[in-house]
Amino acid sequence: MLHRREFLRDMGQGGILAALLSSGLLTIPKAWAADRNQAAFAARTVEEAFAALGAGTPAASDEITLEAPEIAENGAVVPVNVATSIAGADAIAILVEKNPNALAAVTTIPAGTEAYVSTRVKMQQTSRVIALVRAKGSFFMASKDVKVTLGGCGG
Amino acid sequence: MGNPMRIRAKLDGDVVDAKVLMNHAMETGQRKDASGALVPAHYITKVIASCNGKTVLEADWGPSVSRNPLLGFRFRGAAAGDTLSVTWTDSMNDTRTDEAVIG
Repeated sequence: MLHRREFLRDMGQGGILAALLSSGLLTIPKAWAADRNQAAFAARTVEEAFAALGAGTPAASDEITLEAPEIAENGAVVPVNVATSIAGADAIAILVEKNPNALAAVTTIPAGTEAYVSTRVKMQQTSRVIALVRAKGSFFMASKDVKVTLGGCGG
Repeated sequence: MGNPMRIRAKLDGDVVDAKVLMNHAMETGQRKDASGALVPAHYITKVIASCNGKTVLEADWGPSVSRNPLLGFRFRGAAAGDTLSVTWTDSMNDTRTDEAVIG
């Protein structure tokens, strides 16, 4: 849900960004995360998030290593590591299919940084965890089912 | 201003192995407190790591990232003694920057 206050704030930030861009003070690098993809983070489902990210239907790839536990006793803290050997990978996204908003994180990988990211996510319930990789404009994914015994969202 | 991050950056060959532990509640906006009132959403939306004037990692986050977030990454092009700087910005426009010397 996009609340009015957030919407106004985001619009405000957009205005500042536009002003900086037009004044030439700031140039946007060719990075996915350069400008937060609000629509992707607001998406309820994986398909909506993929669409907002421009990923369409990504091809499954065994060149993506997605490490997550088979069983997460505490859904509030589920370690997720993603690495890929796909040449030219410049962004990695982590999605939790059954969370209220599927997209958890988008990481932009500049040249010189390895296509690897390690973090911890919340999981409301047992769900598929998805790693989405962008490389040379194409999208690839890997997924893993994680069983949650104690949910990590809500109260 | 938030609370300090813990940053560890260790040189392994020519790769810096970085681990950042941020101190943040990462409230989703869906949790209720003891009195049953919704706790407002308050979470880190952006993290930027830089070294020697170059961005080495940039992340956009939603509220699904765990409380007290951990971020691990690896990058090249730095030497021992260089400084790794990490900045986060959250959904209430609070921001914090911390640094660590690569060892």
